[in-house]
Amino acid sequence: MNRASQSRDNGELILRLRGISKQFGAVTALEDIQLDVHAGEVVALVGDNGAGKSTLVKTLAGVHQPTAGAIEYLGKPVTLDTPGKALEMGIATVFQDLSLCENLDVVANLFLGHELNPWRLDEVQMEVRAWTLLQELAARIPSVREPIASLSGGQRQTVAIARSLLLDPQIIMLDEPTAALGVAQTAEVLNLIERVRERGHGVILISHNMEDVRAVADRIVVLRLGRNNGVFTPENTHEELVAAITGATENSVSRRSARKLETQGE
Amino acid sequence: MTQDTKSPTAQLDRADTRVRHDEGITGEIRAFIDRVRSGDLGMLPVIVGLLLISTVFSTLNPVFLAPNNLVNLLFDAAAVGFISLGVVCVLLLGEIDLSIGSMSGLASAVIGVLWVNTGLPLPLAIAGALLAGALTGFVYGSLRNRFEMPSFVATLAGLLALLGMQLYILGPTGSINLPFTSGLVRFGQIMIIPAWLSYALALVPGAIIIFGGLKTIQQRSAANLSSGGMTVVLVKAAILTAALLFIVFYLEQGRGVPWMFGVFVLFVVILDYALTRTQWGRSMFAVGGNAEAARRAGINVRRIRLSAFVLCSTFAALGGVFSAARLASASQQAGTGDVNLNAIAAAVIGGTSLFGGRGSAWSALLGVLVIMAISNGLTLLNLSSSLRYMITGAVLAIAVIVDSLARRSRASHGRA
Ligand SMILES: Nc1ncnc2c1ncn2[C@@H]1O[C@H](COP(=O)(O)OP(=O)(O)OP(=O)(O)O)[C@@H](O)[C@H]1O
Ligand SMILES: [Mg+2]
Repeated sequence: MNRASQSRDNGELILRLRGISKQFGAVTALEDIQLDVHAGEVVALVGDNGAGKSTLVKTLAGVHQPTAGAIEYLGKPVTLDTPGKALEMGIATVFQDLSLCENLDVVANLFLGHELNPWRLDEVQMEVRAWTLLQELAARIPSVREPIASLSGGQRQTVAIARSLLLDPQIIMLDEPTAALGVAQTAEVLNLIERVRERGHGVILISHNMEDVRAVADRIVVLRLGRNNGVFTPENTHEELVAAITGATENSVSRRSARKLETQGE
Repeated sequence: MTQDTKSPTAQLDRADTRVRHDEGITGEIRAFIDRVRSGDLGMLPVIVGLLLISTVFSTLNPVFLAPNNLVNLLFDAAAVGFISLGVVCVLLLGEIDLSIGSMSGLASAVIGVLWVNTGLPLPLAIAGALLAGALTGFVYGSLRNRFEMPSFVATLAGLLALLGMQLYILGPTGSINLPFTSGLVRFGQIMIIPAWLSYALALVPGAIIIFGGLKTIQQRSAANLSSGGMTVVLVKAAILTAALLFIVFYLEQGRGVPWMFGVFVLFVVILDYALTRTQWGRSMFAVGGNAEAARRAGINVRRIRLSAFVLCSTFAALGGVFSAARLASASQQAGTGDVNLNAIAAAVIGGTSLFGGRGSAWSALLGVLVIMAISNGLTLLNLSSSLRYMITGAVLAIAVIVDSLARRSRASHGRA
């Protein structure tokens, strides 16, 4: 892909969302969301369950259409009406539910929709590329010629991540990419996020693991009940973040730690 | 990022030490047994079925295995086989087309009207019939894509509509005879591949296996991937060639190999290539396995669906043309009765799953041989069509049960 060559200046605005809303019937999943992503930046998207993080990512991936709002990509307004279009423009996604075809093998899944040599599939080259990608992620996959159904949850997640890298995207969105990963593989994914950032690409990372988020994020965007609820940096304290996520300084997390302190004090 | 288990010379795909890598012939056999155990039956049930059927029928009536009876069987099989090829395409997507019988009947009526009654040149008449098929498939695909109409319902409606159209264009006479001396009818009834050509063609698959195998081995070792040795390839090629030569030899004791069957096999090979070696084929399997995942990978799911329905109806029309050639007539009965069921049963018996995402073009060939062998054998026993229907129905039920059980077993063995 030729996008690799057009590396961008760090700090250049790649993606700009203004007033994005998404309605599922009576449910308002997103309301008036603002979000900027710059080249060479890792933006963490955090929020409680059901806050609308996955919905936002799917909107950017072309899976859902926003009910209202505007998306600007590389300075131009765009409509992302199909996943294919988003991919073509250089927006790659690792979905929370992974979205792999269980009946196909690892190679077929990695290259799905982007096979080498469409009229006479180049299986050998695809397999070589598959192994190199997977080794970059320290993947432990016994065979790339077995159907996805035979892989463990973490192995599948690695395949999904590898697939998002295949087209060398401008922006990569990872929806809880490390939820099922082992220690080494999580570290490799964090390394990978940093490598992608160094190459001048943008990363949107969704995670419930605040440690991981603080380790790699440049900015932390909090969503709460489908709305923006503040932008933070890793310098902000844990309490500030939790307060923004839960929407109150007095919340179940603070109560719990207070209780813990009390019992320790006794 | 260093791979602790990896030596510098290790092949890319042999880094994981937990996996048993089966080498050579014994390895190949062991892998095959593993696959069958886990419910990945492939062609096994159908081959067992064919052997069983041959033994039973030939003990009941030795004529069954007579070369000329088998030649007739191949003539019959080709016409239904084309229809079945199309069924494979829709089944791969987890869809169904119940109107293939009516479609084939309509196509034969179109041939009769355009060619015999109107006097259009034959190629144009055939093009007209195929176009009718393509249009019908386009309508089904659009109904599925635009209105999310289950293909089951859309094609059930189509079954009746197409049958109505067939009766309408045939008019009150209800039957049109095709001229016996014409090329089409001769193709459907008597044209036989010359013996030397049959033998030569029987050598081709083995040669392709050897050359293809050699090339793959070269490419893979150049790319530092493991490659199963040459012995496996040679043994496979030898077995296949021997089997094909024997079949040709046996058929040559009678009339020989029908052209119509040869053309059918050619189409099977082409469809098999398209399904396994092209991006379109990969997309077919992906959509059948998980349509949403396919969409998110950038595949145009609607276009894939449309292509499958169009192919299915077009193949059904082609089958209808050849059935008309076989019977030398286009009648109200064409495409009715057990045609629908036979074509669908053939695909399923051959190992194409009703649940989508699994199957192969070869299942149409093997399945149609089973179905036609049963039908032919029962006819030889002078059984009435009532019994034939019941038995064919039972065979389809068994095939579906095997499919469902195998699917369950695959799920528990992680093979989807
Ligand atoms: N396809 C859909 N149809 C209807 N409602 C939906 C759909 N997808 C999401 N929602 C609703 O939108 C809201 C946000 O869901 P979303 O999946 O974006 O949450 P999330 O932030 O990713 O949560 P989690 O951390 O649990 O993954 C939820 O209330 C959910 O019920
Ligand atoms: Mg989510």
